[in-house]
Amino acid sequence: MLKPTRDGFGEALVELGAKREDVVVLCADLTDSTRAGWFKKYYPERFFGSGVSEQDMMGTAAGLALSGKVPFACTFGVFAAGRAWDQVRVSIAYMNLNVKIVGSHGGISVGEDGTTHQAIEEITLMRVLPNMSVIVPCDAIEAKKATLASCDYQGPVYLRLGRSPVPIITENNTPFEIGKANILQDGKDMTIISCGHLVYEALLAHEILKKENISTRVLNLHTPKPIDKEAILDAAGETGAIVTAEEHLLAGGLGSAVAEVLVENIIVPIEFVGIRDRFGESGSPSELFKLFKLTAEDIAEAARRVLRRK
Amino acid sequence: MKQRPDIEYLKKIAKDIRRDILIMLERAGSGHTGGSLSIVEILITLYFYKMRHNPKEPNWKERDIFILSKGHGCPCLYAVLSAAGYFPKDELFTLRKLGTRLQGHPQKGLPGIEISSGSLGQGLSIANGFALAAKLDRSSKRIYCLMGDGELDEGQVWEAAMTASHYKLDNVCGIVDYNKFQIDGPIKDIKDLEPLREKWSSFGWNVLEADGHNFISLIDTFNRIETSKEKPTVILAHTIKGKGVSFMENENSWHGVAPKKEELERALKELEGC
Repeated sequence: MLKPTRDGFGEALVELGAKREDVVVLCADLTDSTRAGWFKKYYPERFFGSGVSEQDMMGTAAGLALSGKVPFACTFGVFAAGRAWDQVRVSIAYMNLNVKIVGSHGGISVGEDGTTHQAIEEITLMRVLPNMSVIVPCDAIEAKKATLASCDYQGPVYLRLGRSPVPIITENNTPFEIGKANILQDGKDMTIISCGHLVYEALLAHEILKKENISTRVLNLHTPKPIDKEAILDAAGETGAIVTAEEHLLAGGLGSAVAEVLVENIIVPIEFVGIRDRFGESGSPSELFKLFKLTAEDIAEAARRVLRRK
Repeated sequence: MKQRPDIEYLKKIAKDIRRDILIMLERAGSGHTGGSLSIVEILITLYFYKMRHNPKEPNWKERDIFILSKGHGCPCLYAVLSAAGYFPKDELFTLRKLGTRLQGHPQKGLPGIEISSGSLGQGLSIANGFALAAKLDRSSKRIYCLMGDGELDEGQVWEAAMTASHYKLDNVCGIVDYNKFQIDGPIKDIKDLEPLREKWSSFGWNVLEADGHNFISLIDTFNRIETSKEKPTVILAHTIKGKGVSFMENENSWHGVAPKKEELERALKELEGC
């Protein structure tokens, strides 16, 4: 079954609207696209459109949070993390405010809209901010859980969502805890650590490698920050080699975050799957995944490379 | 409407605040002198007359909110908060020192400081957030947001201006410290703001003007904001950068410079004389 992660977010918002009087939603003129509109439909008095003013929206969200509300501020990832970065830094992260920043249309899977709308830098831009947490759900079920968990979590959170429908790979009873990675497949030869849309590709890579008698652990690191050091170090210690896979620039992203943990603790070979120092371009999501070498086969190839270095 | 307070008493406070600001800055060895001295009467009118607040209970839910969007003017805000009773006066002289709660630009955590600020243009959006929450909670609190004139160059200010009028936030009161200078020089030479009244007015705001150093003018103007229904109000407060010290007034080199010992002594002597 295919479903975009933004849909899971929208469903969670509607649930939260009923349960939590203090939840308010802001959106910068992308009400349908971000699914913020699903909340607006039922709770219009707690929905505030800011027009195409992302910087202003972040400040308004800060004022609402300072008044005890739990604001979800929604726009595309590029604009949340790029256009409004200083507002996120000073008006939200510096004061450790309880604002949930929702960046939909993350990654190159935005597709045809091209470079200006493809967020490939937000994991980096957000995780470098003190106090900020970063969550990248892999499917709609996880996105729903992540939204609910963010609402209960004290402090600023960046939630990265996607536009395109993606396979459902977790279940309603799969545990979700902010900062706690999930082992989706266990294995002993190496570990693929991934988040977001590439978790599905990682699972496919696991199958490809299985046919080659390579036993692979797949770790869903849905929370790049706060990072689950224990799960990463266990993976390194128990399987001895790591491949990271992300729909994001390699500079500063998930792979960097994992490498930071590893190099301070244990030296094992690492290979990175991700976008290498270039902007995106127009194309269908599947064409772009091939162009940027983000497919299951690319992950499997990185796995073979890392095993040769083990 | 509250009765007018004793103006002579407010003037005495203003003299003390200017004295504190100058001593704080001299001891810190750096900081923003001109734009701290220009907002003294505005802050005193708010904290000693206009606003509902309780220094003994800084987080009182029904308090009015003051946001210093021009964060570099914080020496004045610190001095006024201390004079109002938010924290002991001794702490003023820790300004900008390692470990202080009186950071170079305001940091939430010091009693009375509502927001961290310093990166310009962000305060009015936050004021709107407070105001929307107050409307949701059916609270009658008012939100005051003091901006610099140079700060109005920031596009976010005008995004927020549109938001406030769109949502009919008549509980928001913006104040512009219109001292006619920004860091690089006179506003009219760097990036002219005029016609400023018309700008705010065309953004849907109720616009008032005041003499920013005259307590009667400030009090009377602040007392007119309640008459504006469904429209936010902005007060263009005409001020003098460096006000109160002859060799600092309208002398833009004092924008971001603290007085040295000898300059402090001259300045304090002048204040005593006035």
